[in-house]
Amino acid sequence: MAYRIVGSQCTSCSACEAECPNQAISERGGTFVIEPAKCTECIGHFDTPQCVAVCPVDDTCVIDRNYPRHQAP
Amino acid sequence: MDSTGHLETDASGAGVAMDAIMRQVAEHKGCGTHGGAGKASCGSGAGENDLPAEIWEKVKNHPCYSEEAHHHYARMHVAVAPACNIQCNYCNRKYDCANESRPGVVSEKLTPEQAAKKVLAVASTIPQMTVLGIAGPGDPLANPAKTFKTFELISKSAPDIKLCLSTNGLALPDHVDTIARYNVDHVTITINMVDPEIGAKIYPWIFWNHKRIEGVEAARILTERQLRGLEMLTERGILCKVNSVMIPGVNDKHLVEVNRAVKSRGAFLHNIMPLISAPEHGTVFGLNGQRGPTARELKALQDECEGEMNMMRHCRQCRADAVGLLGEDRSEEFTTDKVMAMEVNYDLESRKAYQDAVESGRQAKVAAKREELETLAGESSDIRILVAVATKGSGLINEHFGHAKEFQIYELSTSGAKFVGHRRVDLYCQGGFGDEDALETVIRAINDCHAVFVARIGGCPKSDLAKAGIAAVDEFAHEFIEKSAIAWFRAYLEKVKSGEVAHQARGDAAIRQGALLATAE
Repeated sequence: MAYRIVGSQCTSCSACEAECPNQAISERGGTFVIEPAKCTECIGHFDTPQCVAVCPVDDTCVIDRNYPRHQAP
Repeated sequence: MDSTGHLETDASGAGVAMDAIMRQVAEHKGCGTHGGAGKASCGSGAGENDLPAEIWEKVKNHPCYSEEAHHHYARMHVAVAPACNIQCNYCNRKYDCANESRPGVVSEKLTPEQAAKKVLAVASTIPQMTVLGIAGPGDPLANPAKTFKTFELISKSAPDIKLCLSTNGLALPDHVDTIARYNVDHVTITINMVDPEIGAKIYPWIFWNHKRIEGVEAARILTERQLRGLEMLTERGILCKVNSVMIPGVNDKHLVEVNRAVKSRGAFLHNIMPLISAPEHGTVFGLNGQRGPTARELKALQDECEGEMNMMRHCRQCRADAVGLLGEDRSEEFTTDKVMAMEVNYDLESRKAYQDAVESGRQAKVAAKREELETLAGESSDIRILVAVATKGSGLINEHFGHAKEFQIYELSTSGAKFVGHRRVDLYCQGGFGDEDALETVIRAINDCHAVFVARIGGCPKSDLAKAGIAAVDEFAHEFIEKSAIAWFRAYLEKVKSGEVAHQARGDAAIRQGALLATAE
């Protein structure tokens, strides 16, 4: 699985972009999006997903169940 | 006020090392008054003769660091720093409204390059714009690359503009050397507590070392980082202002302790601001009904802390993209689209000529006040009253009552006229607040005042004000505020003495919370 950003909730503050260890986050059309192929859910990097931890709005960075759980290499 | 607030310095002070001066400022209690009723306003209210020359040089045209300067000089904020590393219960990052005026709110964020262009455009249009600040809308030091890139570009293209930033302090110790390297000589830290138990009620979490930390632990880390950052800045001779949000029942009494803690670490100025917590802002405090202080509560706390250090009372809690004199916002004139289309001719010489003219007007104002103050010598009375003033700037009574978006508040006593705050009223001419009658809004905001000084006022509002016990005074139109206020106060004392007027205490006043209903005409 990867994380995704609920666009309607995103304040476009960019805090997640700098914290993502995979450079998976970028701004598109006014809000930020996570590229699922690059998202590792921070497994192997940090204890908690950084985008979730830094996001100022609760329930904005959420698990996207359309993708399989990331497997640590 | 100022005249009682002398710092003991003389020509020999010029040779004293900067750190010694900073220590002197830090250690100096109340700038020359020790207890008693005659607490002095220094720093924010201090003039040229009240501060060491080096400090005066730094603050004399900084509207946020000098109350005296804020009548004459303008500032701008560029919104290059959207990310934040902490969550505050008085802030809601989802909220954005063009008519809203408070920190954390902006209409558009800028890249450093756009910001640099905007600064040049504003500086060319508003020659009294002397200060560029980065204040968010998040935390500048949670966006260090964008913040310092902006400073770098501006210091190259507009070297006469002072740079400052405003931070929550969490990341501050990591960046103090960079701040010094970019010649940022004014830093504001928002410090709402030095007790983590109280902090836990204000900050739900911080983002620290790649973790979200909550509760008392978060507040403990935050206060340690803030105080260490403050010490590191003052050690380097960087002027520090501390902002504190006054939250009744949470940290109001505790702010006296905060005041002592920051003073002992060399902070130059303390700015205690009222909590803004309208429910429609959607902040935690707004939603759970936490009220802000009344005007009297705020002033009482500011007065209590003033014996300890310099207090700022002219803060307008402006947006992270505000442009203009404090109390006015011209950001609409400088949207990114408009700025990019502007042909900018940055002329250092003409800016300097304009500012020289401002300086001579300013000196005339100070001289007029001093002269008038002498007429109060020998008068003795315990009467202290507040008056409201309608002004567009330059230290003059030059605004029509109905056009005033705010009133400046002066406290009058036999020691002079002292600026003690301001009250937002929006535009009385363009309708009131909600269902309330427009004039009622104004009266509520200045209900603690005995008089309101205006350039002009209609007969109707004048008589309604009189019914509410507030005298509308228009005979000092276009004259200097302090000189006029002192002259009026002297006449008031005469009337009280002769029995023509019975002196009565006034009630409390409300601090406006909601969004601006109308922007400038």
